[in-house]
Amino acid sequence: MIGSDQHERVLLQGNEAIVAGALAAGCRFFAGYPITPASEISELLSVKLPELGGTFIQMEDEIASMGAVLGASLAGVKSMTATSGPGFSLMQENLGYGCMAEVPCVIVNVMRGGPSTGLPTCPAQGDVQMARWGTHGDHPIIVMAVSSVADSFSVTIKAFNLSEKYRTPVIILSDEVVAHTRESVTLPTSDQIKVFDRVRPDVPPEWYKPYADNNRGVPDMAAFGDGYRHHVTGLVHDEKGYPTQNGLEVEQFLQRIHGKISKGFQEIQVTKNHQLEDAEVFVIAYGSVARSALRAVRDARALGIKAGLLQLVTLFPFPRKVVDSYLRQCRAVIVPEMNMGQMNREIGRVNQAGCQIVKHNRIDGHLITPDEILKHLAAV
Amino acid sequence: MLERAEIVRKEYLRHDKKFPHVWCPGCGNGIVMGALLRAIHRSGLEKDDVVLASGIGCSGRMPTYVDFNTIHTTHGRALTFSTGIKLAKPELTVLTVMGDGDATAIGGNHFIHAARRNLDMTAIIINNSTYGMTGGQYSPTTPFGSKSTTSVYGHVEHAFSIAELAVTAGASFVARSTVYHATHLEDMIRLAIAKKGFSVMEVISNCHVQHGRRNKLGGAVEMIKGFKERAVRVEKAEKMSAEELVDKITIGVLADVEKPISTEQYQRVINEAKKKAEKIAKEKEKNGIKRYEE
Ligand SMILES: Cc1ncc(C[n+]2csc(CCOP(=O)(O)OP(=O)(O)O)c2C)c(N)n1
Ligand code: SF4
Repeated sequence: MIGSDQHERVLLQGNEAIVAGALAAGCRFFAGYPITPASEISELLSVKLPELGGTFIQMEDEIASMGAVLGASLAGVKSMTATSGPGFSLMQENLGYGCMAEVPCVIVNVMRGGPSTGLPTCPAQGDVQMARWGTHGDHPIIVMAVSSVADSFSVTIKAFNLSEKYRTPVIILSDEVVAHTRESVTLPTSDQIKVFDRVRPDVPPEWYKPYADNNRGVPDMAAFGDGYRHHVTGLVHDEKGYPTQNGLEVEQFLQRIHGKISKGFQEIQVTKNHQLEDAEVFVIAYGSVARSALRAVRDARALGIKAGLLQLVTLFPFPRKVVDSYLRQCRAVIVPEMNMGQMNREIGRVNQAGCQIVKHNRIDGHLITPDEILKHLAAV
Repeated sequence: MLERAEIVRKEYLRHDKKFPHVWCPGCGNGIVMGALLRAIHRSGLEKDDVVLASGIGCSGRMPTYVDFNTIHTTHGRALTFSTGIKLAKPELTVLTVMGDGDATAIGGNHFIHAARRNLDMTAIIINNSTYGMTGGQYSPTTPFGSKSTTSVYGHVEHAFSIAELAVTAGASFVARSTVYHATHLEDMIRLAIAKKGFSVMEVISNCHVQHGRRNKLGGAVEMIKGFKERAVRVEKAEKMSAEELVDKITIGVLADVEKPISTEQYQRVINEAKKKAEKIAKEKEKNGIKRYEE
């Protein structure tokens, strides 16, 4: 299942595809705590990881899960966790540590209705802004959304690669519909899968500066036990990793960790275009809603409406240039979301062209249907 | 002793880190650090193979100063990071130093579960009866009736006894010492590190600046002398009545039990899972069927 040398056509649910993607990307450590609708990820990894010599552990809560994931990654093993809203709330403190200490890892949040215990078995997209801003302090982060089983596989690989390349936690937002829908997919062969591993230092230990800037803005990362004996902390640190309050060093450090994501923006931002070339009206959607949107666009085309879809795979950093170009091209955009309009805020912020923005929100625990989107496309 | 102190200074302190450290003069944290370094030295461990993790608090600053693989984590969560490190690289010796608030208030859940889980790791808890770093608020080990910045009228709650808590939670090895008993402390830490399984080392320490001052316990010297007077060896304590033991500090090994270690047990899981996967793969090949799950 993890990228064999032959094309493999398999029937998977979204959660299983995330597992397949993670294993193909080289994930060998998982720590988590059971929660609907993410539990299948834990259960399947508890079987698959040991087969590959990896480790699965069920921790006492999500705070601990996030801590263990960071610890394992610092020891040199690609690591991930998976949860849903309530658990994602608990992970925020250590997630911030991951941003600060620049620890590669992947966090899957299979979104369900909130706030609080909310609607455990219903889909929602209410954690989008939390994924961006959930932990305290200005911090860089990458947030991606999956809309199908095929996506769940490929985006998970991409998430691991970005986390390793930019030394940052990457959040994957799935939702209850994607997680539990079974679809037949053809998995790529192993030689079609590109896997990126963090750059390790090759200098002698006495020369190693674990947080020194370089042209990528991403320092080489030694693992505990590699002979480098470096220090890791959640305090702002200098290039040796030791705490500092020196204004210049603080500024340089924080600028660098933000800057490394900006430098990689071209590669980090992933969007999918459907029939946008000649579109006059378009939809911006992500997650399971993008599936309904695609159908709505096809139906609209059949009615003679020049409609298109811009599917956001990377939500943050927000792909503003791409969005902006279509806002300029089209007279109206429909933004359907299973929340009160969380990405709509981002779109509104970049809309200098004065494109008409029509938001469409459902917060009743049900998927937005193609018809609902089509109605808007026909009306604008 | 002097010779060993010199070895410790030369070998184990980080010289690229600008001292002085953040601790107040007379703080017990330094005594614990010294005992820990001597214990590591005597254990014959390679520096490259040692991880020292900590949480947040005055005690949490210890890893910064010493030349191992070191990590200063989040408040209360040190053991969760250590768990990940140990599982990812079981060959490393993972030591975790925490304060009493760190380990038993915010980190209480992680602490009891680490003891229950029984990875081969050592936790050292510096119990100074208060939240030192944040200015002397009451902690889970602040004695009933004591004054702190959040219990100026005398504390109305009761204290945890950390070592006993660890015994009940299932730690393989539990010992207690004080910063007065520096050599005993060193011996106990060495035993804790040597023990296969989860070991807990509670160290009674002084925060004269925050706790001592508010409770008229004197300065560092008086407080540390007090530990000497109140300490009773486990062997002796066993023969004493509950009344006689009021306000005493029992020192020595409180628990030393043999039980399966989860890292070693997990190796069994890996072996079985691999065997099963191989068998399924072979069958698949034979039958020419592609199946996702067996
Ligand atoms: C989540 C969180 N809550 C609160 C704090 C503030 N804080 C820092 S140190 C500390 C208490 C430290 O006390 P203790 O663990 O007993 O260690 P000591 O300073 O006495 O060594 C607290 C509450 C924090 N850093 N993080
Ligand atoms: S405040 Fe207390 S615990 Fe902290 S360094 Fe000073 S004496 Fe030690």
